[in-house]
Amino acid sequence: MPGTPRVWGIHARPGNGLRWVLAVVPFLLLALVYGIASDLRHRDNPSDKLLPTPAQMVAAVDRMAFTEDARTGSYLMLRDTLASLRRLGIGLLAAAVVGLWLGLNMGLFPGFQALGGGFVTFVSMIPPLAVLPILFITLGVDELAKVALIFIGIAPVITRDILGTVRRLPREQVTKALTLGASELALAYRVVLPQVWPRLIEAVRLSLGAAWLFLIAAEAIAANEGLGYRIFLVRRYLAMDVILPYVLWITALGFGIDALLRLALRRFFPWYSPAEKP
Amino acid sequence: MSATFLRIDDLYKSYGPKLVLDNIDLAVDKGELCTVVGPSGCGKSTLLRQILGEEQPDAGTVKLEGVEVGHPDTRRGIVFQRYSLFPHLTVLGNVLLGPRLTQGPVARWRRRRELREEAMEYLTRMRLAEHAHKYPHELSGGMQQRVAIAQAMILKPQVLMMDEPFGALDPDTREAMQVLLLQLWEQQRMTVFFVTHDLEEAVFLGTRILVLSQYYQDDRGESAGVARGAKIVADYQLPRSAVATDVKRSPEFTELVARIRREGFSPDIRRHVNEFNLKHPDSFRTLTAEECRTPT
Repeated sequence: MPGTPRVWGIHARPGNGLRWVLAVVPFLLLALVYGIASDLRHRDNPSDKLLPTPAQMVAAVDRMAFTEDARTGSYLMLRDTLASLRRLGIGLLAAAVVGLWLGLNMGLFPGFQALGGGFVTFVSMIPPLAVLPILFITLGVDELAKVALIFIGIAPVITRDILGTVRRLPREQVTKALTLGASELALAYRVVLPQVWPRLIEAVRLSLGAAWLFLIAAEAIAANEGLGYRIFLVRRYLAMDVILPYVLWITALGFGIDALLRLALRRFFPWYSPAEKP
Repeated sequence: MSATFLRIDDLYKSYGPKLVLDNIDLAVDKGELCTVVGPSGCGKSTLLRQILGEEQPDAGTVKLEGVEVGHPDTRRGIVFQRYSLFPHLTVLGNVLLGPRLTQGPVARWRRRRELREEAMEYLTRMRLAEHAHKYPHELSGGMQQRVAIAQAMILKPQVLMMDEPFGALDPDTREAMQVLLLQLWEQQRMTVFFVTHDLEEAVFLGTRILVLSQYYQDDRGESAGVARGAKIVADYQLPRSAVATDVKRSPEFTELVARIRREGFSPDIRRHVNEFNLKHPDSFRTLTAEECRTPT
């Protein structure tokens, strides 16, 4: 159509190629600003640590990721990544299982809701980071406390999300299932549960950001490996050349997990389309 | 003597202060295709929900073959206007759900081929065999309702309840579905309780038509304390001659539709409880002394 703008205004229809170009622009701008600032500082002071040059960051990554650590004989970045992912995975999995079970039962059975509703609301109001000291004191400074923090932070959110999903199922479906001979257990686990799975994946996706936050906070305080631990360790030496690549790496991991979950959603639940949900 | 297959006695139901169903008596015989019409908001669906067991009446009883109905179970099948299908199951899975839920795990596994064949037979009869592996959201509205009917019928419920099942369909699909339902009913002679707001549909389908309406008068007076709800104001036996839709254009058909519209759908014409047209042989009612001071 003549007069359709390509970028500006509410009628803009940027083509596919142009979309990519536009998406890349902010990243290029950020890189450009950083590059100039870093260059200026290094001209002033060649041993500047605050804004390391790309070459310095590459060297740091090479040292952390591709060279055996002299003291421990392991690749530090790999070790940190595995340790962090393990904590994140266990915490999220536990939160998902418990949240699913609670939400399903509370959404379906009024008695269960009366029993657990108030308590779940109460727990979800507690700022998880405020109980971190309690966790460290009671559960020790090992893995359990870190996993527990993620669990306490995420489980109430997932519970309430699943609860809402079950509540939004049309009343007709419950009646229909009963007329088809479903017992109450069959209704919960054979009719409602399969419909809730995709929403659980969505809920976990939405909780990923918070889960990373809790993980890094816990690792920052007490750990001897982990991505968060490393960042806060090298912070003492102002080692921005390590911190910046680590932050990028954490972002990439989050992005990857999110993409995997989205893929699973499409692959295993072809009937589910979030757009259709009210 | 009234039929005892489905029987409702002195049923009252209110939502908060609003009385919806007001002293309903009803007896429906086995094999009847009973349609219920009435102006919007008269409580047709409320009546259906009492029989279905989705809600409990304030007073009165609903009995199916002499047993009070209670919560929803396999004695009654249901087809709603929407949400009858489970979105996570394929067409075949939806139809198989009833047989699967009503059998133990061992029988379910041993008879799996047999169950599947039976479900496919129903789908073939509904002309849906080639869509067996699609999900509900991939089907048109008419196809979805055909699946829902097969899903309910495969368990052979004592009563098939239908709540505005064709209400969301376009006119052509709607008519095709009406013809299909009549064919199924002729083959199986199942008992159907069919709620609709479409008078022509009700007259076309039913072997018996019940008109539920709040537009009537009685002897309870107009003082503030009197709450009045809908009653069955007309009850006709209908001839079941042909399945052809041409009937809809015959003079008898249009005349009957017009008469029922006058009797039940007009707020300006209110008949006295004594003048209700309750001509069906199974029709009965017990009025309270306040409702009718002049015995018939």
